Amino acid sequence: MDVLLILVPAALFLGGLGLAAFIWALKSGQYDDLDGAAWRAIMDDEDDDQDDAVSRVRNQ
Amino acid sequence: MNAMAGQIEGTPVAKDSFVTALPGGLCHLDLAVDGMHCAGCMRKIEKAVSALPGVTLARVNLTEKRLAVEWAENAQITPTGIVDTLRGVGFAAHPFDPGVNTSGDGEDKQLIKAMAVAGFAAMNIMLLSVSVWSGNVTDIASETRDLFHWISALIALPAVAYAGRPFFDSAVKALRARSLNMDVPISLAVLLALFASVLQTMRSAEHAYFDSAVMLLFFLLVGRTLDQVMRRRTRNAAETLLALKGEAADRVDADGTVRTVPLSALGPGDRVHVAQGMRFPADGAIDAGEVLVDQSLVTGETDPVRLTEGDPVYAGALAVEGAATATVTAAGSGTLLDEINRLMERALENRSRYLRLADRAAKAYAPAVHILAALAFVGWLAIGAPWHQALMIAVAVLIITCPCALGLAVPAAQVVASGALFKAGLVVNAGDMLERLSEVDTVVFDKTGTLTLPNSHLQNANDIPTDILARARRLAGASRHPLARALAGDVAPIAGAVETPGEGVAATVDGIEVRLGSPAFCGDDSVQSGEGSVICYREGSNPAIHFRFGQTLRSDALETVAALKARGLSVEVLSGDRDAPVRTVAEALGVDHWRSGAKPAEKIARLKAHADAGRKVLMVGDGLNDAPSLAAAHASLSPISAVHVSQAAADGLILGERLWPVVTAVDTARRASTVMRENIAISFAYNIIAVPIAVFGFVTPLIAAIAMSASSIVVTLNSLRAKTRGTN
Repeated sequence: MDVLLILVPAALFLGGLGLAAFIWALKSGQYDDLDGAAWRAIMDDEDDDQDDAVSRVRNQ
Repeated sequence: MNAMAGQIEGTPVAKDSFVTALPGGLCHLDLAVDGMHCAGCMRKIEKAVSALPGVTLARVNLTEKRLAVEWAENAQITPTGIVDTLRGVGFAAHPFDPGVNTSGDGEDKQLIKAMAVAGFAAMNIMLLSVSVWSGNVTDIASETRDLFHWISALIALPAVAYAGRPFFDSAVKALRARSLNMDVPISLAVLLALFASVLQTMRSAEHAYFDSAVMLLFFLLVGRTLDQVMRRRTRNAAETLLALKGEAADRVDADGTVRTVPLSALGPGDRVHVAQGMRFPADGAIDAGEVLVDQSLVTGETDPVRLTEGDPVYAGALAVEGAATATVTAAGSGTLLDEINRLMERALENRSRYLRLADRAAKAYAPAVHILAALAFVGWLAIGAPWHQALMIAVAVLIITCPCALGLAVPAAQVVASGALFKAGLVVNAGDMLERLSEVDTVVFDKTGTLTLPNSHLQNANDIPTDILARARRLAGASRHPLARALAGDVAPIAGAVETPGEGVAATVDGIEVRLGSPAFCGDDSVQSGEGSVICYREGSNPAIHFRFGQTLRSDALETVAALKARGLSVEVLSGDRDAPVRTVAEALGVDHWRSGAKPAEKIARLKAHADAGRKVLMVGDGLNDAPSLAAAHASLSPISAVHVSQAAADGLILGERLWPVVTAVDTARRASTVMRENIAISFAYNIIAVPIAVFGFVTPLIAAIAMSASSIVVTLNSLRAKTRGTN
């Protein structure tokens, strides 16, 4: 049962890490605009578009 | 939306009162933006605003339809510039002051954090508890079990101290006020369970209730957080809509400069300027200028009234013709307002006597549970059980009866119902609105602005040749007069038109002079007074054409009234307007009971007569004159175009131009109320089965955990039925 001395603190530590990560996310406003964030993920970056176009032209 | 854009165009003044200064020489401004739906809109807006020189941040919040802009102090940027930029890319926007909202925001996050901590603790303790439960039926060493219990205690005690605070605070508050709410039995069960579990652990006993105590908190926090988040969402939406109405005041400062300030920044003694076509932002007395005002929002009377120096004027009055400067008076000094405030206070006193369903249940439930637990404790002692065993059984009774399901019964149904209502175009203002609304058997409508649209509309469009109507519209587009604006709609204005304030607008098209304005302005004397609002249009020397304006019924008013009647509600119209217009509307809608010329006190008297006859009234109204009756009625709704006082007094706000949400609200409220009662019945039924098991000492922590989760899940699933289907 000695293994518990390692496993229990390890479990608590990992769980605590998850909790800390969640509270950090909450505090830094990650949940403030859920609808917007969903769209932002698929939004292209304007500058990248142009770069792509340029590189496509160059490659041809 | 075009009317909105028009309003913004009309106020090209520095809106610097909405701007807050940030540390580091930055300025911050929040704007409510209309018509934002997708990534495309978001990107267009952010790109356009970021392109302004000096802007350091432009970030859209799509959920709340808001835009936050920050810029360097020394940059040449004004709020008007930003609004213009946004109009340039096709969005109407208005600066607003989100200050009032931040406190509620903090409370939200506090609850979510408490829920996260309780969830973390519950999961870890459950992990240890499952080991103990399986160990108890196999071969766990008592030292190992004690270790697990001590670790559980180590997690549970601080977690409960943190996550339980919302319940403890509210329980203490209730006890101080010498009353009982649901949080009293919750707090007591959690604290006693922890206390008994620590005692058990010290005695190295087989069972401890750390898992039940923390899980209980977790479930209840989930319910409460859902409720809070839903409420914040609807409140934010309502705030954004209010901001988009562009309710700001043009304040005249001591040095004569005019600046636009939020309504909250106005105080008694301030002077405000009201241009033609704008509404008075506050109550006051006119100190310069002569103005024709439409007071329909104030008194329900549709005929405009002429006001001059010294006349009192009320917030919400629309300047139809002319402009004026008014000095803001303190609330309550005007005669009408005085009376309204007095009536409001009395009405609100009556309403606070209404006891919510959940509180009624708690009142009966809490003492019963506590007496039962005490009896179990005394009973087991009396038959010779050791005191710690008796205590554990009493705790088991408290935990198993702890109103976990009961605590979820009402909020879960409310969250589902108010979410559905929000989608249908109605914002829930008061927490107990659904309960009160479900009991309603009579609906009383105000006429002006409620059954009818808030603005005047062209009545005789069918009598006018379409080509003339089209030309008149273009000319009207060049005027700022409210009736001309109503006529113009969204057509492009004619170029080179000249407006004579208070008279009309004229232009020359293909060598012919065209005029639009008052009958006198067009040289016409055939219009009789008392025919409502008329403007004339004249091309060259042709006879003038009359455009008649009046109140138009909301597009679905007839259907709504019919649907309400079909649901067995009696419908009544109670208006401050004159006899004839009220009769016309009542007859058009098929309403038999109507009353005109009703003053605020008379409206209340009518509601009181209904209440005395045992009827529960839903009042729907928008004007200042409706505010006391909105507060006095059993339940009340108000359109988003209503004056502030009425919106604050109403239980719910109807978004958009349609009246149908009234029907949806009644349907949803009835359904939600049924579901709430079912939920309470389910949790009572569960208790009737579980309590004897607990009293006779058969409950182990495992059984408590299963029973608690099962009843909570059943109640939550049942709540999903609070959504109404198929309402138009």
